[in-house]
Amino acid sequence: MSVAGPTVEDMTEQRVRWTAEQVLALAPDAASRTAGSKLGTAGPWSETGSGEGTVWGRCRGSGSRPYQTVVDLAGPAYTCSCPSRKFPCKHALGLLLLWAGGDGAAPVSAEPPGWAGEWLAARRGRVEATAARTEGGSASGPADPEAARRRAERRAERVTAGATELEQRLADLLRGGLASAEQAGYGAWDETAARMVDAQAPGLAARARELGAIPASGPGWPARLLEECALLHLLDQGWLRRDTLPDALAATVRSRLGLPAPADGPPVRDHWLVLAQYDTVDAKLTTRRIWLHGAGSGDTRLLLSYGAAGRAPELSLPVGLALDAELSGHPGAGRARASLGERHAPPAPAAFRPPGVSTADAADRYGAALRDDPWLESVPVTLERVIPVPDGETWQLADADTDTALPLTRTARSRPGLWRLTALSGGAPVTVFGECGHRGFTPLTAWAAGTDEAVPLC
Amino acid sequence: MLSGSETKRNALSHQEGDDMNATSAARTGADPAVSWDDLLTAALLGTDRRPWAGAAPGRAAPTALLDAAAVATVRRRAGLRPARAARRPEPAPEDPRPVLPAAAARRLATLLADRSGAAGGGRRGSAPDLMELLPQWLAAAVGHGYAAPPQALPALLDAARGRTDLRPAALAFAGPRALWLARLNTDWRFALRAAPGGGAALPGPDDAEAVERLWQEGLFAERVALLGALRAREPALARELLASTWPKERAEDRLMFLDTLRAGLAAEDEPFLEQALGDRSRNVRATAAELLSALPHSALAARMAVRAAACVALDRTGPVPAIAVEPPLECDASMERDGVVAIPPAGRGERSWWLGQLVEAAPLGSWPERLGGRTARDIVALPVADGWQGELHAAWCRAAVRQRDAGWSRALLGAPSAPEAGGPGAVSLAERAKLLAALEPAERAAWVAGFIATHGLSEAFQLLGVCAVPWAPPLGRSVVDALNIARDAGSYPWSFSGVMGLAERCLDPAEAARLEGLLAVPDEREDAAPGAGGYWAEAFQRLVSTLRLRAAMAEELAPAGAPRAPRPEGPSVQPPDAVG
Repeated sequence: MSVAGPTVEDMTEQRVRWTAEQVLALAPDAASRTAGSKLGTAGPWSETGSGEGTVWGRCRGSGSRPYQTVVDLAGPAYTCSCPSRKFPCKHALGLLLLWAGGDGAAPVSAEPPGWAGEWLAARRGRVEATAARTEGGSASGPADPEAARRRAERRAERVTAGATELEQRLADLLRGGLASAEQAGYGAWDETAARMVDAQAPGLAARARELGAIPASGPGWPARLLEECALLHLLDQGWLRRDTLPDALAATVRSRLGLPAPADGPPVRDHWLVLAQYDTVDAKLTTRRIWLHGAGSGDTRLLLSYGAAGRAPELSLPVGLALDAELSGHPGAGRARASLGERHAPPAPAAFRPPGVSTADAADRYGAALRDDPWLESVPVTLERVIPVPDGETWQLADADTDTALPLTRTARSRPGLWRLTALSGGAPVTVFGECGHRGFTPLTAWAAGTDEAVPLC
Repeated sequence: MLSGSETKRNALSHQEGDDMNATSAARTGADPAVSWDDLLTAALLGTDRRPWAGAAPGRAAPTALLDAAAVATVRRRAGLRPARAARRPEPAPEDPRPVLPAAAARRLATLLADRSGAAGGGRRGSAPDLMELLPQWLAAAVGHGYAAPPQALPALLDAARGRTDLRPAALAFAGPRALWLARLNTDWRFALRAAPGGGAALPGPDDAEAVERLWQEGLFAERVALLGALRAREPALARELLASTWPKERAEDRLMFLDTLRAGLAAEDEPFLEQALGDRSRNVRATAAELLSALPHSALAARMAVRAAACVALDRTGPVPAIAVEPPLECDASMERDGVVAIPPAGRGERSWWLGQLVEAAPLGSWPERLGGRTARDIVALPVADGWQGELHAAWCRAAVRQRDAGWSRALLGAPSAPEAGGPGAVSLAERAKLLAALEPAERAAWVAGFIATHGLSEAFQLLGVCAVPWAPPLGRSVVDALNIARDAGSYPWSFSGVMGLAERCLDPAEAARLEGLLAVPDEREDAAPGAGGYWAEAFQRLVSTLRLRAAMAEELAPAGAPRAPRPEGPSVQPPDAVG
């Protein structure tokens, strides 16, 4: 760096800029993406600037006063004076696109203007206060440990009542035969699921609800229904006999049941590469999964965040960036779930990719993980030197150097990402990160040979 | 390690549905004697109907069945092996073109992302129309010879699928890997159709044997593509190839093949075309005659010159010289052989119909001698007796377009500021647009600039469409001035939305600075349409931000270190079919 002329500085400046895809990945929906793209040009913007992980600007809209938009890249967090309830709004997206596009549209400046500075100062103050509170909080503990213990006990009783009822329901089903389930439809299971919600066992509720959908899921449904009934039975039994289980397995059972378990692992600071981010949406909740890979630790961790009824979860990290941050693990074996702690620097483009394994190793890894968590649907795996190959109506990822392959899951086959993956490969080996489980492999991100550019597939 | 047969049964494969439900002995529960099939049968029928044999003491039958099924399920999942690999596709052909610069790749992603929101209608707002810039971006990227980023190919193919006008540029940019990809997805079959021979390379002119074989055995589309490609590189070879099988071809095929000779038409083609004048098909005859008349030194052109000269003469008897016209009295067999259509369309007199065709096909170079040594400009200025001026000038226009004669085009266009240039004169706007195409780009732009300065924008759309992009400075200035005048006149900007859209795509980005003054919302005037000022400001904002975006796009595509020079490009759009 010391030899450096302005060129290296330019590169550094360019290096921390995100790409348009990474910005657009933050959009809460397709309409915002389009609207944001249109604002990603110099035209409506004034007083734009950037510096120290923040970007700001004023955007002329339909009203007489321009909107004031500020983005804190470290969050990323956004504020905008527009009335939109989308998050981030199209102005924040447009501003980021403008900044990502370079061409001096958001020049680096020492001091943000007053309207941006205020929000940033307030936000940073709040973040620090939260951090301080967390540090202080762990020492003092809950206000009334006795009351908390009583609450936990009451909840455990309810869950036990729920699990017992569910066992009864499953036994009745097996006594009468699965064949009758085809006529029963969703209704009965939805009712059971509602009762599990009342029993404060959301994990049981979700599994019960899914049982209702299996008879309509096509050929082979009886076997799938028996498998899922058996695993639900296993979970019930795990809870009812939790006192006899090893601690780690008991913690897994609790987390599978959906009992709250705050992240209590030691914070691990690392350069965490954002491997993938995707949402699953149901009527009430949007669940966002973000997979991270630690450059130093080699660990793969999952961040979960939620958004209510059609709103995007707040946490959003662009694929291909790496952040210098601390993660703390949640209890529960076999699950890589973590919470994001302190962030030491804004996300910046990463010049590395996770090391990968063969398809056989990936299958082994899933099998081994079931030892600690028999309810596991899939494990995160990076495959190295694989080629997407059409196989009749389906697709697979085939090892370039051996004769084995992992089939793609049904979800993966219907996504446009399959075609991006195929185009990226062009019949040549690529590196693919995804989830490997008993239904097959779901590709989430890919890297072509000889480049560190991560191509999102979901 | 699992044995071979077990591996097969327990492979992750999709033969029986989405997830793994292959029934097999490998799925046994705790008791190896009980198979998954037994478990499933018992579960389907119910333990009430079929008592479960595996029940452990102290466990109710359904519970014991679930216990066994749970063990079997986890056991099966834990033992899953990868499946056998299917036949791998041939790797995509190498794309030797240089990689697209990173900033340009990001821009492409943004342009393609806008596709979903391209639904028309409604107010356009002040933000640029990204989809409208895609054709320009693609043309520039193809011009620079960059390779498309592979991950962008699906979106490019989808865009080309939805818009046929994008297809040639999108497919040229997408390159060989897109064709490879299109073979795997039926949605993109159009790409294989567009590429001759499903993307297989056409034999070059050096490979005489392959050319001959494809010409003899190929499908019609392949043969047309072969002839066109050959014509572009070895015009004579293409003609000889066509001549070798000419009598055996079907009439509609002959017409299509003859049409390929239009490219690179030269005097050497005359003998073949002359012979095609005797063709059985009337359409083939007409096309051959048209092609011959575009060759001013052909025998047909000379025959037409004689016939036309017999009809048009200089009359010196009056106080000023004038042109006297005496249209032909009949259309004889030799005229018909030379492509003159004997039967006029409904509503036209046959003699004037014949006259028009003769003058149109006669070489323009023969008129100065016939009409007293005058130049084209002087000839056009001569009065024409008996109301024949319209007919005669219109025919000369068609001749000037067909023979690409800049001198006659200039003369027929006249001065752009002439009052009749704006109104319905002898020369229609569509003909003017065609005449302009024969002029050099700078002269063309200057003429249209002069036209707009005098007549405003309402008639200018078609003319602007034939001007080279980016518009030359004088043309750009006159368009901006005219828009400014239109705004001051108090109308709404959407009356000029066609010209505005063209300006966004064609105005030189350097003009953006001159537009700054127009961005503010002016005070409302009493005579102006309500709110018009705000809409104009919005339209100008869109214009300026689009220009800036185009400048950024061009810069991103410029190869590193190369000086930026504006490259001359062809006309921005085809002459539009409809004005407005």
